[in-house]
Amino acid sequence: MTRPRIGWQAGVLCFLVAAVALAGGARSQSPASGPQAPPAAPTAPAPDDRVEVPPPPFTDGIFPCSSCHASMPVNRTRRELTEFHTDIVLTHDEQHRWCLDCHDADHRDQLHLASGAPVSFAESYVLCGQCHGEKLRDWRAGVHGRRTGQWNGHKTYLLCAHCHNPHQPRFTAIQPMPAPVRPSRPGK
Amino acid sequence: MKSDAPGTTVSRRQFASCAAAAAAGFLLTGCGPRRLHEMPPDRLKDALREMERRYAQQFGAAVTVSDEKALPGVEFAYALDLSRCVGCRRCVYACVEENNQSRDPQVQWIRVFQMDKGKGVDFSEADPYYAPPAVPEEGHFYVPVQCQQCRNAPCTKVCPTGATWTEPDGIVVVDYDWCIGCRYCMAACPYGARHFNWGKPAVPKDKLNTKTHVLGNRPRPQGVVEKCTFCIQRTRNGRYPACVEVCPVGARKFGNLLDPDSEIRYIIEHKRVLVLKEELNTLPKFFYFYAT
Repeated sequence: MTRPRIGWQAGVLCFLVAAVALAGGARSQSPASGPQAPPAAPTAPAPDDRVEVPPPPFTDGIFPCSSCHASMPVNRTRRELTEFHTDIVLTHDEQHRWCLDCHDADHRDQLHLASGAPVSFAESYVLCGQCHGEKLRDWRAGVHGRRTGQWNGHKTYLLCAHCHNPHQPRFTAIQPMPAPVRPSRPGK
Repeated sequence: MKSDAPGTTVSRRQFASCAAAAAAGFLLTGCGPRRLHEMPPDRLKDALREMERRYAQQFGAAVTVSDEKALPGVEFAYALDLSRCVGCRRCVYACVEENNQSRDPQVQWIRVFQMDKGKGVDFSEADPYYAPPAVPEEGHFYVPVQCQQCRNAPCTKVCPTGATWTEPDGIVVVDYDWCIGCRYCMAACPYGARHFNWGKPAVPKDKLNTKTHVLGNRPRPQGVVEKCTFCIQRTRNGRYPACVEVCPVGARKFGNLLDPDSEIRYIIEHKRVLVLKEELNTLPKFFYFYAT
């Protein structure tokens, strides 16, 4: 399972520090920290170790994209798709964008930022955050989106795409659960 | 007996026997039943085992009754994003299942009010019985209300038996064995967050959550008051409350108010936050906010 980094710079930094510490023979300092089940109320570890993001929610059989696209010529002309992916209806600033503004034509299994820098599907929140910066900031802080797990320990975040369909990000209305029964009064 | 008649006096024997009876009674009350929070540990343990045995018999399943104490340095708080809530009531039913609330007669610790966007948060105009085919409805927003876990809780002050109190981590709890069902606390609560078991609570045997806490979701008897405990059986083990984890729009946030890095502190420091009925000085630890 991929474990993309939230705040990857910090993650890389932690990794480097850890690598240096291990190389320095500091391993014997923590004999008890082997792989074991997380305790019920763990003390706060490094922020990055506390977060887990499930893999991106692909439609069955759609990924990797390159399994089909690798043998196809690239057509960068903006057009309506009529042969494949016809189920995708774009209602996400469709006036200004189409497939290849987010999907990468040269690296089919990746997305790309506005700068052209590739970004994996597992880190698609970076792409979303280009426009929705304040949402990305809130998401990193755990305020936007659902978190499960432990309030003082290991948490699971969801990617933007787990809740919002990237092509139609607005939530659709859902059926509510039953209303409570009204209190009954004798004689009425 | 003519002791009530004027002019007669109490005999020495009468006085001595009455005094002895009073002294014996005073001593015996020290040995009788006690409130859970003042029971010696060994007796509490016996009481919990006895509860487990009773519930196992009643529901035909292995039930654990924990008395997990408050974690040090923790004060729980809750935040709910009014700009996200769609009023789907998933939280209501997740809470019912997690906390073994009675299905019929119906007891629900969370109540979701539908409000008019033009009128703002106004409980006199709110409708908890909305049932459209799909939510959210145009022109409306939704305010779920449950126990606000007040720091200045009116409900605990009026209890004549001391059956409800605030725990060190800020959770207001009820001792179901000590509650006499007078419902003073329900009258005192300005949020309608306390619920009375008018009938015998009915939880289907196969639906019982067997992981219980003595001050939380253990099966209740008829005639006692119950309320949201921030899922004390989960949160004292580090987990999020059931309503937080089920919310499909991620509107519910929970954490430790004393931890500067917690989500809850971020919300209070960065978002527009309000509490319900602020003018009553109840100091709720349940905050409502607008993330956008």
